[in-house]
Amino acid sequence: MEENKTFTISVYSENNVGLLNRISGIFLKRHINILSLNVSESEIENVSRFVIVVDTTEKWVQNIVGQIEKQIEVIKAFYHVDEETIFLESALFKIASNLLFDERQIQNIIKESHSEIVTVSRDFFVISKSGRRSEIEELHAKLKPFGIMQFVRSGRISVSKEKMEVTSLLLEELKS
Amino acid sequence: MKISGAEAVIRCLLAEGVDLVYGYPGGAIMPVYDELYKFQDQLHHVLVRHEQGAAHAAQGFARATGKVGVAIATSGPGATNLVTGIADAQIDSTPMVCITGQVGKHLLGSDAFQETDIIGISTPVTKWNYQITEADEIPEIMAKAFYIARSGRPGPVLVDITKNAQFDTLDFSYKKCTDIRSYHPKPVLKINKVQEAAEIINNAKKPMIIFGQGIILSQAEAELKALIEKSGIPAAWTILGLSALPTEHELNVGMVGMHGNYGPNILTNECDVLIALGMRFDDRVTGNLATYAKQAKVIHFEIDPAEIDKNVKTEVAVLADLKEALTALLPLIEKNSHEEWHNEFKKKYEIELDAVINEELAPTNGKGISMGETIEMINKHSKGDAIMVSDVGQHQMFTCRYSKFNQTKSNVTSGGLGTMGFALPAAIGAKMGRPDREVVAIIGDGGFQMNIQELGTIYQTKVPVKIVVLNNEFLGMVRQWQELFFDYRYASTVMVNPNFCAIAEGYYIKARKVTKREELDEAIAEMMASKDSYFLEVMVEKENNVFPMIPTGASVSDIRLS
Repeated sequence: MEENKTFTISVYSENNVGLLNRISGIFLKRHINILSLNVSESEIENVSRFVIVVDTTEKWVQNIVGQIEKQIEVIKAFYHVDEETIFLESALFKIASNLLFDERQIQNIIKESHSEIVTVSRDFFVISKSGRRSEIEELHAKLKPFGIMQFVRSGRISVSKEKMEVTSLLLEELKS
Repeated sequence: MKISGAEAVIRCLLAEGVDLVYGYPGGAIMPVYDELYKFQDQLHHVLVRHEQGAAHAAQGFARATGKVGVAIATSGPGATNLVTGIADAQIDSTPMVCITGQVGKHLLGSDAFQETDIIGISTPVTKWNYQITEADEIPEIMAKAFYIARSGRPGPVLVDITKNAQFDTLDFSYKKCTDIRSYHPKPVLKINKVQEAAEIINNAKKPMIIFGQGIILSQAEAELKALIEKSGIPAAWTILGLSALPTEHELNVGMVGMHGNYGPNILTNECDVLIALGMRFDDRVTGNLATYAKQAKVIHFEIDPAEIDKNVKTEVAVLADLKEALTALLPLIEKNSHEEWHNEFKKKYEIELDAVINEELAPTNGKGISMGETIEMINKHSKGDAIMVSDVGQHQMFTCRYSKFNQTKSNVTSGGLGTMGFALPAAIGAKMGRPDREVVAIIGDGGFQMNIQELGTIYQTKVPVKIVVLNNEFLGMVRQWQELFFDYRYASTVMVNPNFCAIAEGYYIKARKVTKREELDEAIAEMMASKDSYFLEVMVEKENNVFPMIPTGASVSDIRLS
């Protein structure tokens, strides 16, 4: 049996209401849990980019990417392992303001973790941290003993080291 | 000039060359039906008795003609009743456009009367779907729907139209869709891949072809025939590839898969080169993948990139339209005969003849009429020129194993989905699409009762289909599995049936029941000679089995003859 790995799937597509449903259905059919999903604009005007992280075998990720590309509104899909991408996640921590003064080490934790304070109000302040999952988890572990009012972490966003040929594909289409 | 959205829908259908649609009216699609009434001299609407019948009839029409089938239904239950047919069309790559009515835009998401999220429901089983909420979207979306349904690897498309979009007006102009920037239905043929394939084929000692429906969908029947005749390569078929090559062709070595022929299954694991043409290595074809054709170099000619290496690892993949690829391949192929290798197939066929076929086609054991001999008798009268429409189960396997075909697009059956209830409505569609051809539906006593209401459509339209029910008073295929793998525990497979002939006669369809072998020839002759629709019930031996058989999960080499 082939071993599971973390793969980042990048999908370039038309901006279409039903497409997310179509794409997630492909994972659902194979019982593959999506570890993270992010949809945003891409570098190309009016083209959306999905970044989907899954834990599966290379054979399955190949099949899945084939089935994703088959969807009418998908322009192109790629998959990469972690070493082939630059990726990060973002997290927000909401913490009671009094702790900033009562628990002095919090300031050091913030400084050492290279996170930043987004806002401070009378009742709470918000820390933002971007980076690898492990860095966010480490910060979470350090802040937890003081009490976190709210915590949220985004899906992975990533860019590939190699070129992903999408622009040229579309340009050719436009020319012809 | 402003016209209503509903009229635009009809004008789009006419612009796409549609002159026949199947459907069932209801609240949310009434504006379209009102226009169907006005356009009835240009666009014929067939009122089915259940929306599932509309979907299967559209499929039967598409499979027999190669054109896009069209089914129309209302919102809610009308739409959900189409879903089985849509799923069937998706897995069997059948071009179909389904149009459903939907509640008004302002009611969407409010659980309105007969509102259902048909876009959400149909997404996994459509090639594409779209909900139109504004009248002026209609021409562009309908054009896309037909283009997507028929191009590349064909499939079903569903267009859901809210009621306000049917009532509202638009400035109508229609432009056929020829290009969608994110969709590349026809891969560009790479000639070096064809050359690589040709070299392997030319050097092969024991090559074998398996062809599927891709041949029929790309209309590459002549190219296939030329290829096998030049190369001398024995050719086997999948159930959906059946009829692409005449049954009697010297190099036609039969069916692969679970109930396929002995030779092509066994020899799949002995060939040195396996040439797959427009087929997808379905599990019913391959059996256990771990022991499937491991010794062979696999060359896969296929239009859908997602099928390459999905189930079987290929040595060379030629990604292209089959007709284009075979046309390029043909001049590169050296003339050969592979006589000795072909003899291997003949020897295996002799074994199968002795162990299975002779007894099936002419039972000597004192048992009742067999399904195989019924099919053989139909062959005698059709001379191989009929379109055979089969349902799902034992009778389907007998129909595909023993029917003779001289012409392509003549085997209409539910392959991938295995939808019981498919044949009766599909036969209606096939006959309406090909009125020049004899259409015979072969159905079991189980499947017949799954869409039996379509007898009403046959009566109303007077479509002269021939219906043969092979009645063994069992859900035969499941019973066979219970016998072989569940120690004869016949859980819910015994059928206590009604008087089928009386039911057919209730619909004013001429009916006859055959219980004795001596009557079979004459009864089938009478049926085939009938100008009108005809119902024939044949009481067959109750507990016959379909052999050969590859048990689920077994290797193709472990095919059983009994």
